[in-house]
Amino acid sequence: MSDQIVLEHVTKTFTTKELGSVTAVDDFNLAVKKGECFSFLGPSGCGKTTTLRMIAGFEDLSKGSIYLGGKLVSDKAKNIYIPPEKRNLGMVFQAFAVWPHLNVFENVAFPLRVKKVPKDEIRKKVLEAMHYCNLDGLEKTFPSDLSGGQQQRIALARAIVVNPEAMLLDEPLSNLDPHLRESMRFEIKRLQKEFGFTIIFVTHDQAEAMALSDRMLIMDMGNVQQVGTPWELYNNPKNRFVHSFLGQSNFINVDVRGGTVYPVGGGKPIWVDNDPKHDGEQVLACRPNMMELSREEGFPCRIIKRTFKTDFVEYLLQIGKDSAIVQAPHRVLFKNGEECFLKIHNPSYYEKESDEAAKERERRNVV
Amino acid sequence: MNKIELKNITVRYGDHTVLENFSLNVEPGQILGIVGPSGCGKTTVVRAICGFLDPQEGTVVINGNVMYDKARRINVTPEKRHLGVVFQDYAVWPHLTVYENTAYPLKKHGMKKDELRPQVEEALRLVNMSNYANYMPSQLSGGQQQRVAIARALTSSQDLLIMDEPITNLDAKLREQMLVEIRLLQEKLGTTIIYITHDQEAAMQLCDKIVIMQPDGSIAQIGTDEEIITHPANRFVFSFVGVSNFLPVKKVDEKLYLDYDEKIFYSDAVPEDWPKGKDIADMGIRPMDIVFDDEAPVKARIVSATFFGNIYSYFIDIAGHEYRVQRITAGNEEDEKYAEGVVTGIRFLSCKYFEREAKK
Amino acid sequence: MTNKDFLKLEGKKQGLSMDKIMTIFCYVALITVVILPCFMIIYYTFWDGTKIDFEMFKSVLVQKENLAAMKNTMIIAVIATAFATLVGVFFAWLLGRSDIPLKGFMKFLFSIPFMIPPFLAAMSWDMMFSGRGGYVNKLLMSVFNLANAPLNINSILGIIIIEVVYYFPFVYMQVVSALERMDPTLEESARIAGASQLYVIRKITLPLTIPAISSGMLLVLITSLSNYGIPSMVGYSKGIFTLPTMIVELMNRSGGSFTGIREAAALSIVLFIVVAIALLLQRHLLTHGRYDIIKGKSMRPMLIKLRGAKYPLLIFSLAFLTLIVIAPIVMIILVSFNRAYGLPFTRENMTFIHYINVFTKNAMVKDSVKNSLFLAFSAGTICLILGTMLAYVIYKVKPRGGTLLEMLAVLPYSLPGTVMSIGCILAWSGAFFGISLYNTIWIILVAYVARYLSYVLKSSSAALQQVHPSLEEAARSCGASHYDALKDVTLPLIKPAMLSGFFLVFLPCMRELTTSILLYGPKSRTLGVAIYQLRTNGQINQASALSVITILLIIIMNNLVKYITRDRRKY
Repeated sequence: MSDQIVLEHVTKTFTTKELGSVTAVDDFNLAVKKGECFSFLGPSGCGKTTTLRMIAGFEDLSKGSIYLGGKLVSDKAKNIYIPPEKRNLGMVFQAFAVWPHLNVFENVAFPLRVKKVPKDEIRKKVLEAMHYCNLDGLEKTFPSDLSGGQQQRIALARAIVVNPEAMLLDEPLSNLDPHLRESMRFEIKRLQKEFGFTIIFVTHDQAEAMALSDRMLIMDMGNVQQVGTPWELYNNPKNRFVHSFLGQSNFINVDVRGGTVYPVGGGKPIWVDNDPKHDGEQVLACRPNMMELSREEGFPCRIIKRTFKTDFVEYLLQIGKDSAIVQAPHRVLFKNGEECFLKIHNPSYYEKESDEAAKERERRNVV
Repeated sequence: MNKIELKNITVRYGDHTVLENFSLNVEPGQILGIVGPSGCGKTTVVRAICGFLDPQEGTVVINGNVMYDKARRINVTPEKRHLGVVFQDYAVWPHLTVYENTAYPLKKHGMKKDELRPQVEEALRLVNMSNYANYMPSQLSGGQQQRVAIARALTSSQDLLIMDEPITNLDAKLREQMLVEIRLLQEKLGTTIIYITHDQEAAMQLCDKIVIMQPDGSIAQIGTDEEIITHPANRFVFSFVGVSNFLPVKKVDEKLYLDYDEKIFYSDAVPEDWPKGKDIADMGIRPMDIVFDDEAPVKARIVSATFFGNIYSYFIDIAGHEYRVQRITAGNEEDEKYAEGVVTGIRFLSCKYFEREAKK
Repeated sequence: MTNKDFLKLEGKKQGLSMDKIMTIFCYVALITVVILPCFMIIYYTFWDGTKIDFEMFKSVLVQKENLAAMKNTMIIAVIATAFATLVGVFFAWLLGRSDIPLKGFMKFLFSIPFMIPPFLAAMSWDMMFSGRGGYVNKLLMSVFNLANAPLNINSILGIIIIEVVYYFPFVYMQVVSALERMDPTLEESARIAGASQLYVIRKITLPLTIPAISSGMLLVLITSLSNYGIPSMVGYSKGIFTLPTMIVELMNRSGGSFTGIREAAALSIVLFIVVAIALLLQRHLLTHGRYDIIKGKSMRPMLIKLRGAKYPLLIFSLAFLTLIVIAPIVMIILVSFNRAYGLPFTRENMTFIHYINVFTKNAMVKDSVKNSLFLAFSAGTICLILGTMLAYVIYKVKPRGGTLLEMLAVLPYSLPGTVMSIGCILAWSGAFFGISLYNTIWIILVAYVARYLSYVLKSSSAALQQVHPSLEEAARSCGASHYDALKDVTLPLIKPAMLSGFFLVFLPCMRELTTSILLYGPKSRTLGVAIYQLRTNGQINQASALSVITILLIIIMNNLVKYITRDRRKY
């Protein structure tokens, strides 16, 4: 498979009156394969939208180069800049950006009319695109008479009508209600299967990113933290930021002595199936779904609070001086206050955080 | 003695009846959740308690005092019912400081400036807002404003609070935090709290007892979180408190079959909750309770598999019908096994049986 | 919770009597200041003292003079509107979407015409371009050796030019705010779809701003139709009349005769019908064809690089703005310091004498300052109380006929000032209960209140609708009675809006001419009237001096308003 979108050493620096020079994107390197669905995930202000806008051509680069389909479209050093209208991309925005003065047909036909495609061909292509996006029969309707979901489908139809090689999606689901979000997600997947375009999907919603993408990356403060499949990122996070940003996690202060893991503050050893690399005080990080409660064996603990969620039950436990959350199906119930045993599967170990780092994390309040 | 007694409350707007003969007792010292879909009349219930609307019929008794009685023409105005109310949009007065907001109820109850200071400070301390006494509400985040609203409700009444969707406007992280704080507050003060929400998850997390209201304004079930999850009173409760699948089943010779064009055998034990005198029923089952088991007799094809981190969410196809399945992520190769297109056996764990509903 | 049934159910609370008294009061007040004058115009037009009479109306319609005035009004309004729109849209786009420098400075210049009363601008243009006597004309003739004046402002063309430069900011304001509110992704998605920048302007940006353009356009049209100051300042001397000036002329000629007044009333009805058509059009546009173009994420739109055209455009814009905004002000200031009108502006001819004379030698001027301040202050206060009460009644009490109340309160705002004044004269010269306010300051006050009431109503009701019912309910549940909740919560929350409403009335009253020119008496001249009369009497230098003082007063007041109404505690 060839690479559809390539970014090399892409850097973006802004100069603002208040803060002086700010690096929004720092030496960003990425190759997205043809037909891949790739997500950018990160807290707001991490630089993901800026990167997307650089790919689209709405922002220029401070350094580096961008290739689309093997063609150089932005390069600071060589002073190359191809304007957005010549990049052959499809783009869908958070606020739909359908034109309220045009009806559905005219909205979808716009890119073809710009390209001076013959009339009957426009008609054929538009109807086809509308059909794929479940907009049949709405040609004459104006966007203001349609729901948010339908408006976003117009935007999708408008993007696919020219059969672009790559599609940029800028938080396209954030303005929809939860039910619609799920069905639109399936719709996007289906269209991608049908047309085979490459997707770059920018979002701050981690569930959405994991559900939709083949591969994804996590960004923070202009830097790429990790690239991989959602499963890899969730189960084998590279650092503490990724671990805490993607999904729920428990962080437990532990003291490792002779390869055995003890909670800080004393107690019996913790049952783990993944041993730490070295002795000493460190932080054990684990996922709530990778913790197993039983009445037979493991680390003895007591249920502090049980909470029913729609999908599972959450138990709050105390391990040493830290509390932890365990997720389990509804079928087997433990009572508040009940003594039971805990096994922790596949935990990660991180060095103890310095006080400043902890404070900084608290302040930014993103993880 | 009950804290609040509602008897035969009826509220109509024009031809539209919101509540009919609605009765409810609230026991003291607990958090009672009133949960229901939007438009079921739960807000009407609290507005009747607060005195913001006058029911066409019925009685409202608070702390043994009759506050409203249609027949006896008693109607105590809202300001004399001595309640604390927390609203969804905070309703913190933007032209007053945090301190002035919190002090207002005491002032209205005729307290002098220096008398009320300790109480206001105590209330602000309880909601962790002591350091913000001189702030204007616009300088505060949504969560902080809601804390001020709670402090103000507390100075109005330490013993009975009504919270109408108090966390709906906050983001997910803050919601969680506020729930914990409300619980701690209740435990410390022993306040009776009536908590209105459409979010059954929040209610299950917070409340000692939950009232589930049906769209027609009647009460479907009153119970603890466990009772509602494990013993839902009817089909509405079952489908309201979580994602649910309903599979048609048929009983033939005390054996249970999935009732499609082709009957698929799955169990030879008829459960206790099987609808009496019927030989067809609907099996209600949660996505998490359908589990993959290659040995099982019922086969299903996986239509889609979506990874959400802690769980996998699937759509499966049984004889041309789609159902939802969920599985907690195992973190090993098993996760890869159940991919799109795979045919596997499935077993049904802990399900409920309801009378077959006529197809709409 | 704005369910109507809810409000009905919850409406019958205590405080009922207080609400009811306010409702009745509002009705009485509006009938007095709005209905009676309107009724009297119709009454005079179609009642000849003994019977219903349409003949007079017909004869007024076909009178040659009146026909000419109607024609002039239409020509001026249509052409001025067209050009004001072109200029307004051009500048809106230049400042909203291009990378032209000095935007802040230009935006400031655009706000100046809003502060100067139109008749002052017209007076200044008259000084610059009136025939061979205008200063600029003289200059141009000597520099280019011309035989004739290049531009004669005392003509229909002259009136059109002044109206264009004076009114185009209306269009500019509407369009620039639409451009600023527009979601930039609407334009970006067109770029992505393959459209070039020019194509996007043509097919996306311009169509999306059409509602804003047309609403600005209609605003210009309506204002131009009912404007009195400009045509009277530059047209009167050459016998060019428009409907508003013709009405005043008829009124003056009548000398109080019954037939004369009836003719003026009839012409007022004609003017009202013309304006009403434009108003209906505006209403139609406001309710239909509004696009939702509010932005989602806060992103700056991509600015279009003007490249080589940047500096030529900048120089052109600055020159244009200098001519239309700065030159008139400079002109007035220069004349105010000039020994005698017509003398060249040299050092020897500089003098302060006019400023001194205006205040020492002229009792009329002193009166006028006092009167204008008194009128502006009282009208502001009365409008503040009545308007807020109306807003409360309409939006919180919601009595039957609330919409009628609102329509009545807004009606005088849409009526041309001349029409309203004629109505006031007819109603308050002893027609009812023998009350005659004619020739007193009180009749002007009544007319001001009627005309500007809707300003306070609008700002107070907007604020009142922002006060969510739960804020009052929170107070009730905290132990406050209905009255307490009003006093402690609602009123303080709308106080800033009430205050700005007061100044929205105060400022236009200070610079008013149209109403007061018809209503003033020997002791009740306003600033506008005083300037107008000084000029008519040939005391142009004194008129300029007083104008400068008026402009200064307005600027000081305007800044005072900004200072007072700025958000002290932000909420």
